[in-house]
Amino acid sequence: MTEAHVIVGLEVHCQLDTKSKLFCGCSTDYRNDGPNTHVCEVCLGLPGSMPVLNKRAIEFAMRVAKALSCEVLYESEFSRKNYFYPDLDKAYQITQYDKPLAEKGILEIDGDDGEKKVRITRIHVEEDPGRLVHMGNAERGRYSLVDYNRAGIPLIEIVTEPDMRSPKEARKFLNKLRATLEYLGVFDSEKEGSLRVDANISIKGSERVEIKNITSYKGVEKALTFEVTRQRNLLRRGQVVERETRHYLEARGVTQSARSKEMEHDYRYFPEPDLRPLQVRSWVDSIVLPELPDARRERFMVQYGCSVNHARTLTGELRLANFFEKVVEPDPAGLPALAATWIADILIGELNYRSMSLDLLEPATFTELIRLLKNGIITDKSGVEVLRVMLDQRLKSETTETPEVIVTRLRLAKTTGDDAALRTAIREAIAENQKALEDYRNGKAGALNFIVGQVMKKTRGRSDPAELNRLLQEELSKGA
Amino acid sequence: MVTEKDVEHIADLADIGMDSGELAPFTQQFNAIIDYFDILDRVKGEESGVRDLYNVMREDDPRPSLPQKDVLSNAPASEDGFIKAPRVM
Repeated sequence: MTEAHVIVGLEVHCQLDTKSKLFCGCSTDYRNDGPNTHVCEVCLGLPGSMPVLNKRAIEFAMRVAKALSCEVLYESEFSRKNYFYPDLDKAYQITQYDKPLAEKGILEIDGDDGEKKVRITRIHVEEDPGRLVHMGNAERGRYSLVDYNRAGIPLIEIVTEPDMRSPKEARKFLNKLRATLEYLGVFDSEKEGSLRVDANISIKGSERVEIKNITSYKGVEKALTFEVTRQRNLLRRGQVVERETRHYLEARGVTQSARSKEMEHDYRYFPEPDLRPLQVRSWVDSIVLPELPDARRERFMVQYGCSVNHARTLTGELRLANFFEKVVEPDPAGLPALAATWIADILIGELNYRSMSLDLLEPATFTELIRLLKNGIITDKSGVEVLRVMLDQRLKSETTETPEVIVTRLRLAKTTGDDAALRTAIREAIAENQKALEDYRNGKAGALNFIVGQVMKKTRGRSDPAELNRLLQEELSKGA
Repeated sequence: MVTEKDVEHIADLADIGMDSGELAPFTQQFNAIIDYFDILDRVKGEESGVRDLYNVMREDDPRPSLPQKDVLSNAPASEDGFIKAPRVM
């Protein structure tokens, strides 16, 4: 069975980056504060309190609708979704049901077989529930701790058609969606828990399974990959895939059956009587969209001569694209080639390795590093070393040494031909590797590379290999 | 018309334990409430309710929240600033 038989649709919940909650004035900046410190009568659902809709949340959702080429409904409204669970203080969630804000859109992704249009079914606005921490164990009494700081944070739910054909395509959709939302200025992916995904997945001809509550970008691909394997194994053994809801257990990388007692009609949706309907379709025309990822990618290729892969990587995240442009700003003609390579191929990996945010790095400092490389002051190898020192220092303190200071302190400047120490290193390497020398003299040209490598070791990677090769030949002809 | 089966199902969704002796009186009360709405529906008079009012919204201005101790004062139990709840699921 091939990947083509996998069918995936997503429901993506994203927190909108407003200052206050969806229906009350509580601040959304709760992540560094104690539990239940960003709550009021409204988001606690106390009797007599009334929700009032946050205009900016609707503006943000409309921006997304326009960017995804959705049709905004002439009239939309909020509904109550009733269920009983401690994360919902009111025993219902205010969401949109039969009259969502917008529907029928498109997001183009770089799919498994080239460009692909993923259809968007609908976009609706709703409030986030609270957060539960499960405590205790089977022996010592189980209970939950509830924090309502998150309750009432504005969310949009973006529902796709089942248009993705592999876990990898699902991840690519999410990456593209994340970039688009960030470019629109409505979403911050670095805020913990700002994105949650439910994924529907089936093997063609079989029942579909819903995987609930995946909380990371990588988690989506992992959960789906696990599920594809599980479902294929069932079919291979002649069993059937049951239609069910499963939970993704992030720590173990597996999905687990979750017996949900609610059927759709058990939510007893009805129009929210405390909120008036929306008629906002006419707003669409006044929304001016910023440059979006595809347009910026094209511009990076034209304006800076980036390769398509570098342009795609650099524009795939707003922070990265902004960083690149700031780095090359002092010399937009001379710096982009090296800067693109060093950011896309080296910096990203070094940041990921340290789980470090790009925000901690000053673009001007990086520009300085690129200049040292461009002007031949240091080798690529030393460049990586300087970068690592900078990142490690920045993780520990507010400031770092400049690249130039690091180069001086660690004596990383590239060796030159009139460097006595280099000449000594070359002579030593020759003396210590007579066997290789003999091979070289017997016509094995590759043997010289071995000696170059030995000199490189002695100079801690500070020499340019081509230059070294030339000096080494020079030294050998002297001796001959 | 609400049946005892409806009440039993709703009680189950809400995780409210209800013994068989309670079902009949609750069903009777549910029906009495719903019947009362039928009476309200028959009331003649001016059309009530808000019409032609759309897009009621506020600006995105944060306002102070309640002090944590006030928030927790309504909770039957709390722990480290969290509200303590029975574990469901």
